[in-house]
Amino acid sequence: MTGVRVLAGTRKGAFVLTSDGRRDVWEVSGPHFAGWEVYHVKGSPADPDRLYASQCSGWSGQVIQRSDDGGATWAPAGNQFAYDGTPGTHQWYDGTPHPWEFERVWHLEPSLDDPDTVWAGVEDAGLFRSADGGQSWQELPALRGHKSGPSWQPGAGGMCLHTILLDSSAPGRMFAAISAAGAFRSDDDGQSWRPINRGLQSEGIPDPDAEVGHCVHRLAMHPSRPGVLFMQKHWDVMRSDDAGDSWREVSGNLPTDFGFPIDVHAHEPDTIYVVPITSDAQHFPPEGKLRVYRSRTGGDDWEPLTRGLPQEHCYVNVLRDAMAVDSMDECGVYFGTTGGQVYASPDSGDSWAPIVRDLPAVLSVEVQTLP
Amino acid sequence: MIRVLLPSHLRTLARIDGEVSLDVAGPVTQRTVLDALEARYPVLRGTIRGHDSGPRRAFIRFFACEQDLSHQQPDDPLPPAVAAGTEPYLIVGAMAGG
Repeated sequence: MTGVRVLAGTRKGAFVLTSDGRRDVWEVSGPHFAGWEVYHVKGSPADPDRLYASQCSGWSGQVIQRSDDGGATWAPAGNQFAYDGTPGTHQWYDGTPHPWEFERVWHLEPSLDDPDTVWAGVEDAGLFRSADGGQSWQELPALRGHKSGPSWQPGAGGMCLHTILLDSSAPGRMFAAISAAGAFRSDDDGQSWRPINRGLQSEGIPDPDAEVGHCVHRLAMHPSRPGVLFMQKHWDVMRSDDAGDSWREVSGNLPTDFGFPIDVHAHEPDTIYVVPITSDAQHFPPEGKLRVYRSRTGGDDWEPLTRGLPQEHCYVNVLRDAMAVDSMDECGVYFGTTGGQVYASPDSGDSWAPIVRDLPAVLSVEVQTLP
Repeated sequence: MIRVLLPSHLRTLARIDGEVSLDVAGPVTQRTVLDALEARYPVLRGTIRGHDSGPRRAFIRFFACEQDLSHQQPDDPLPPAVAAGTEPYLIVGAMAGG
């Protein structure tokens, strides 16, 4: 491994942060696409020089950008996201039917083995796929067309499909999560889907253990153990040991179980990370102390990680797609804040230092471990 | 030649330096001008109006000759001064966001 490349999407552009294996000196390039919101940037596991970025603005809508040289240069790809057939309606905030309308791409998930294939999770919730490097996009309509679709409602941030997990051990298996519909699993490459929300309890919906309607903020999975899923829900940190068929709460001793991101250590499938946030009304860390919490037991038992993080007067948030891990021998952990900091830990979370402090609000963080 | 001015974020996206000059065959309307613009710069498709000659995006406005043309029909003729190339057709990002 020669180093790492951190891809940060922000409210006003994308930034590429690179370092060698020590991860103590960083080179920062950007802003790319200055002035545009960049919801997500992610590299292909099959070709680390192939990157995809979701660029959007309230004025001019969606643009997909592609790089073939690790982010040094970029070129626009296709930006036509047309729902399959007649889109129908979902529920609006007031419970009335609302037409499905494309707003933006929240998440781009490149294929594990083909640089030209990439999945896109969009708002209003839908799943698209490109097999030509992002030039054209086709919806996989079975997810949006699930019988529960007309009952889905947006969360406060919009009705977004924000998580796509690909299971390398089971061909055709993938997971998706939608706020605020819940988690779903496909075992046939997205041709059919079923909700996997049994065990979730959400007091904010009329039926707390309904099949759908849960505000799932993020799913995470370790590739060596894809049957085990971790979830940061609106409230509650959850775990499934059966690929989502059932869930149990593992919030344990967390100071609050509200939050957005969750991630898994690159080499320890039972080591997981969350960033507790005070509440749904107070999107900042409890007591103004920015603390990552780590569990080495797959949940329930958590320890605060504070070394190098501000422990007073810190009122930033860490959004759902803004945490990532590298796969260097000593796993690096990264996260970005709405205050514009990107923090890196080269030692599995034991200590932290900011790579940059004053970016625009960070929407997403991904990291590539370079060969 | 029809002269078109774009907002800076779209000039950057399409790598346009300054004003665009377009040949438009047939009647000079908002639709034919935008069709010609998107044919020259495909990356602009979907950023000014919907794909396939769709509706104007909500926060994009069309001005010319000190008039707001945003609510005119796409097939209405543009002012003669625009058709003659003496006045530009302005595509503007609406002031929004406080």
